[in-house]
Parts: sequence; structure tokens; C-alpha cells
Amino acid sequence: MFDELRDKIMLCFIDNGYWEWLVEGFLHTVLITVFAVILGLVFGIILAAVRSSYDKNEETLKLRGGVGYYLLKAINFICKIYITVIRGVPVVVQLMIWYFVILVSSKSDIFVAVIAFGFNSAAYVAEIFRGGIMSIDNGQFEAGRSLGFNYVQTMIHIVIPQTVKAVLPTLLNEIIALLKETSIAGYVGIMDLTKAGDLIRGRTFEAFVPLIAVAIIYLVTVVVLTKVFTTIERRLRRNER
Amino acid sequence: MKDNETVKGIQGGSLISIKGLKKHYNGGRVKALDGVDMEIKKGEVVVIIGPSGSGKSTFLRSLNLLEIPTEGKIIFDGADITDPKSNINLHRRKMGMVFQHFNLFNNMNILKNMTIAPMKLLKKSREEAEQKAKALLKRVGLEDRASAFPSQLSGGQKQRVAIVRALCMEPEVMLFDEPTSALDPEMVGEVLDVMKSLASEGMTMAVVTHEMGFAKEVATRVVFMDGGKILEQGTPDEIFSNPQNPRLKDFLSKVLV
Repeated sequence: MFDELRDKIMLCFIDNGYWEWLVEGFLHTVLITVFAVILGLVFGIILAAVRSSYDKNEETLKLRGGVGYYLLKAINFICKIYITVIRGVPVVVQLMIWYFVILVSSKSDIFVAVIAFGFNSAAYVAEIFRGGIMSIDNGQFEAGRSLGFNYVQTMIHIVIPQTVKAVLPTLLNEIIALLKETSIAGYVGIMDLTKAGDLIRGRTFEAFVPLIAVAIIYLVTVVVLTKVFTTIERRLRRNER
Repeated sequence: MKDNETVKGIQGGSLISIKGLKKHYNGGRVKALDGVDMEIKKGEVVVIIGPSGSGKSTFLRSLNLLEIPTEGKIIFDGADITDPKSNINLHRRKMGMVFQHFNLFNNMNILKNMTIAPMKLLKKSREEAEQKAKALLKRVGLEDRASAFPSQLSGGQKQRVAIVRALCMEPEVMLFDEPTSALDPEMVGEVLDVMKSLASEGMTMAVVTHEMGFAKEVATRVVFMDGGKILEQGTPDEIFSNPQNPRLKDFLSKVLV
């Protein structure tokens, strides 16, 4: 029985050099995930900044009057629509829209995938951070303001450092989800890890070995990612509570 | 400029001058503050008492615009801080505030809690800020807790730190919003002692509290608020021994058992 399994493994990975597909596919998966996470974080935090600034300052700005209130209100409304649309449309559909409609002339498939997954993730990251900011006791914010820090300084020195700690576990969730979502990149012809496994299956007519191999690679990646996050979290919490 | 000078002239020795302060919610259906006028002179210790929901906390929080008043003016140090064009952040540096729930920064140790504002806002050097912070900690008997985090302190210790954190900015007035209400009874004394010593040094203070003993002993003026209005004010003696307003009499009969 073990001989049979060994033969299958040889067939699927070694004999025809298909292991190279897995490596290439895995690299593509990592590449897309890493850049999409970066894009998602940057854009998501900007969205969260707008949304939470509006939530926190709505009353004050309204009372103080001026253009600022209407400007922020308008930008906040656009952000809300963006988040609603992104969360309401399946990411496969978004990916295909980017690939076949918006960025149809792009030379790099990977780039299109990064854009699609990054802008998708941003909507979720935005709500994670907004939730985190709103969960910090308002007393922390008021104490900062009462000492003379302005809104941005209070956010940077006092609220955001506490928010980051609070959102890390949820953020990890989002990154794991994103990593696994990239498995649909095959829909637009990108050879990611999943696609590579599927190609090997098609060539060898052997489903079990390549698919299990792909599953294990995803699993190990997620476990390593989790480990990294747990370490960061522990470091950040060392001195508190 | 000329306006400010006139205002200063009229005020005499007033550090804060409040005129017709109103705070309405829900389009005027809830009137947390309904026209409050008050002068707070340099060196005064004004203690504000009243039943819960009387608007006393809202009033105190309006003084540094943590609550934005719906109407009215607050002149602090000759400047109208309710004017949208004035920079409230600069005025707040000179108005220390102490909260019911301490609000120490959870992610910083005690020393950092006290030095971050002087360093970032007053551009003091680390040495200078830390020296001042340590001297103040020593004064409230907490010099050995400089590197502790807020979670490691008792309520009374936290509140003492909160007071000296505000003092690090060298404010001209200190606002206390029910500073002992969240404390265990045995810790109230240590916080009141710090406040008393501050008062004896001539610090201008506005204090919202339920500690009638503190009001009697330390206040230069006691103000009774109810329904968003000032109903009576006077020396502690006048207020506690010879109250006039029926609501004040009723209130005192409930709190002075």
C-alpha cells in the first residue's frame, strides 16, 4: 500500500517535474496575498479613519458649523457605499470584473489579482479597525483631548496603539480568509497553488495526492501565520492588564 | 484685540467667565444646561453640588469644551473659547481635567502617562519632563510606581496619578469631575488630601462632587445646580447652614444624614 502511494507521489510531483508547478503556484499565492494584504491594510485604514472620524466628531462638527462637517459627511457617505458594494458582491465576481472589464488591458495577471483582492480586503479591514477604534473607552480619547492633544495627535499617540492590540486577532482572521480566497485566482487563468494542484490532477488523472498536498501547504502556511501573530500579540500585551 | 481687552477689563479678576451657557439635546427637548452664568476668579475653589442629572457634570465638561455648548459664551483668560475660530487645543493645555474613571492611558506606564503631553505639546526635553513628573509623583507618595502600568494601581493611586498628570502641564485651573465617585470608600481620603493641598497652594479649582465634607472644608464657594440651572450659591456656611431654595433644602436633607 505504501509502495502504491509512493508511486503516485512520484508520478504527481517528481517524474515529470510537476513539483515545480506547486512551487510556482505557491509563490504566486504568497505574492498575491502579501501585496493584497498591504493594499487592504493601507486603504482599509484610510477608510476606517474617515468612518471613525465622522462617528466621533459628527456632533462637534455639526455644532461648530462650517464646511468641514458637510465635507466629512460626503466623504463618509462615499466610504460607506464602497464598503457596502464590496461586501455585497462575491469576490470571484469582483475579480472577473477587474480582469475582464476594468483592467482588461493590464499585462500582469498577478497585478490584477492584487488589486481585486486588496480592494476587497480593504472593506473588511476598514470595519475591523473602525470597530477597534470605537471599542476603546471614550475616556482615553477625552483624557488625551483634555491635555491639549488635537484629534489626530490623540488618535496617533493614544487610541491607535490600543486599537492595534485589540484588532490583531480579527485582523489575522481577515488575512487567513484572504490567503484562502486567492485560490479562486484560477478563474482568470492565474496559476496559483490551487490551480497548480488542479493542473497536476488533470495531467495525471490522480486526484487524491495533488489535492491533499495543496491542502497541507495551505494549512501549514496558516499555522505559521497564526504563530507569528500570536507572538506579536504576546509582545504587545506583555506590560498590561 | 480690542474686544479681548474690554472683556478683561469688565471681568476684573475672573479667570473663567461663563455667560448664558446652554446645552440642549434632541433639538431642545432635553435641556442639560439651561442658561448658566458664572464667574470663576483666580484662586477660587468652586464646588458644584446637585442631584444626579442636574447638569453639573455637563457644565464642568463644557468648560474645556468636551461638551460643545448649544448656546452661550465661555471666556477663559480673556479669550472667547466658544468662538469656533479659537484654538481650543491651546486653551485646554491650561485647563487640567480629572475624570471620574481616571482615564489613565492604559498602554503607557505612569511616567509616560505624565510626560507624553509636556514632551509632545510643550516640547519639553525628556529629562525636564521626567524630573517634573517624578517630583510630582513624590508629592503624592507614588514615586516608586513610576514604571508601573495603570492596571497595577489601585483606584486611589490611579486618581492621584491622574491629578499629577494634569499638573504636569502647569494648568491655570483644574477641573474635577466627580473625582472620588468611582473609588472604594477607604481610598476617597487619599485623593481628597491631594486636592486639599492643591487648594491650599492657591490653585483655581472647579469641583463637581458628592463629598459634602470636602465642600464645607475646602470650597471658597458652593454652587447648587438642578435642572440645568444654578439655583443657589454662596459660601459653604451659607449653603449648608442657611439654605434658602427649597430644592437645595430637600437635597441637603437627603445627602447630609
